[in-house]
Amino acid sequence: MSRNIGRNGPLAWLFHGVFTAFIVAPLVVIVLVSFSDKGYISMPFEGASLRWYRAILEAPELVNAFWLSIGLGLGAATVATLVAVPAALAIARYRFIGRDGLTALILSPLMIPHVVLGVAFLRFFSLMGWTGSFVALLLVHALIVVPYSLRLTLAALAGMNLEAELAARSLGASRWTTFRRVLLPLIVPGVAGGWVLAFIQSFDEVTMTIFIATPGTTTLPVALYNRVSLMTDPVTTSVSTVMIVGTVVLMLILDRVVGLDRVLLGKK
Amino acid sequence: MADSFYRPNGAQWALSSPALALFLGLLVVPLALTALLSFSAFHEIHGIQVGHTLGNYLDILSDGYYYELFLRTGAMALGTTAICVLLGVPEAIVLYRMRPMWQGVFFVVILGPLLISVVVRTLGWSILLGREGFINTALMSLGLVDRPLLLMFSMTGVLIALTHVMIPFMIIAVWTSLQKLDGQVEHAARSLGAGPLTTFRRVLLPQLLPGILSGSIIVFTLSASAFATPALIGGRKVKVVTTAIYDEFLTSLDWPLGAAVAVLLLLGILLVVIGSNRFMERKYRQVFA
Repeated sequence: MSRNIGRNGPLAWLFHGVFTAFIVAPLVVIVLVSFSDKGYISMPFEGASLRWYRAILEAPELVNAFWLSIGLGLGAATVATLVAVPAALAIARYRFIGRDGLTALILSPLMIPHVVLGVAFLRFFSLMGWTGSFVALLLVHALIVVPYSLRLTLAALAGMNLEAELAARSLGASRWTTFRRVLLPLIVPGVAGGWVLAFIQSFDEVTMTIFIATPGTTTLPVALYNRVSLMTDPVTTSVSTVMIVGTVVLMLILDRVVGLDRVLLGKK
Repeated sequence: MADSFYRPNGAQWALSSPALALFLGLLVVPLALTALLSFSAFHEIHGIQVGHTLGNYLDILSDGYYYELFLRTGAMALGTTAICVLLGVPEAIVLYRMRPMWQGVFFVVILGPLLISVVVRTLGWSILLGREGFINTALMSLGLVDRPLLLMFSMTGVLIALTHVMIPFMIIAVWTSLQKLDGQVEHAARSLGAGPLTTFRRVLLPQLLPGILSGSIIVFTLSASAFATPALIGGRKVKVVTTAIYDEFLTSLDWPLGAAVAVLLLLGILLVVIGSNRFMERKYRQVFA
């Protein structure tokens, strides 16, 4: 066997156990605390209840923020996909001057600190009179999640040659038909995976959004941040548990559609 | 074999025009306006003034507070990077040596948190790290410490939570290097009489270095621009560049000064990224060529 470089000894497994505990500890603690029946942060071992889940429903600002975040994520992921797929086709299918520059521009939101983006959009929105506009918020969310959609679409296109497309064209299919009937079915897992990843990234975004969120456009992470920065009450843990469970469900979907290793590790 | 590229005929620009419109209109223009804003003067009563001045940058450069701010941010990012290397590299190797089934399970467990909101993960740490948090309660009841450790609102706490947020990026980068590894070389080294430590240091580590370096760049830049974790765990005690920008914009409302700090943060990060990419290209040209 040339692939494997030896096996893990007991020390390696011990390290791995401690490391895994470190990774899951904060999440496990949140889930446990959310089931406590006390009015303060505590473990549920001396009394468990669902009162902090009922408390979410009695906090309209959290419920509204949740639905706003869902709508924002759906819209932003869809706009990002509509923008990223044609751009990925241009980058993967044509060699042209400015191709590297275009790629770098579209991937740049990954590198620019989100605080800087937040500042820039705050200033821009106030100049344009867009403060508090849901559409403006959706468009900038789309902008920052386009890179995820682009990367997964590019990965799906990589290594695919033109033969099938050229065959369709030579048999009389139009460009659009060729795209819709030949190419799209081949890249649909990558595009769908990119959409889900874009949704998650938009849903989770807090650093940029906190600068431009207004009372009418407060997203769930921003609402949660505002609450946590005032005080840590148990309702923050039940909201967080809902978010953790939601993310796990989306992760399972991603795993079925594209394979989680591909999304997380960039495997082709 | 058919060619895998079409001849450029202008269609490439038609296809990328939606992206270009979005990115020029909503990224390039707002960033340019922010850069312009950083050259405006600010009056406490009249707000943002017309005209251009270097005043904000001169204020920053002549104020020790900002040097401290940038140094603290740099130290936080560097510290997080160092811990991520020390813990992430061994963990990536352990993962690499696992059976495929365990690999699949632990990838989800260890990399999955990347997809969970940073605010949620930070909340978890603030519950664990508090004065009466679970870590202190456990340490006290075990008799390991007499007084609770000050973990919240301290750099130690920020480093712990930030490491938790960033370490998946390091593991992914090192994993990419491990995929290119030729396992036979390690066998060769061992069979020629090198001990496990020598083999690691002289054979394995040099091959992982490109991954460690690219992981370090990612972790460093993301840590330097992290906001929620230093804000919630560090609070006012551990003020960093991002939290200072937030205060400047939303509390003291001196937007031009805040914009100048933001421009400096962006420039600093671009310098680190471009500088280290240059360094890596020069160093590993032979390897990648």
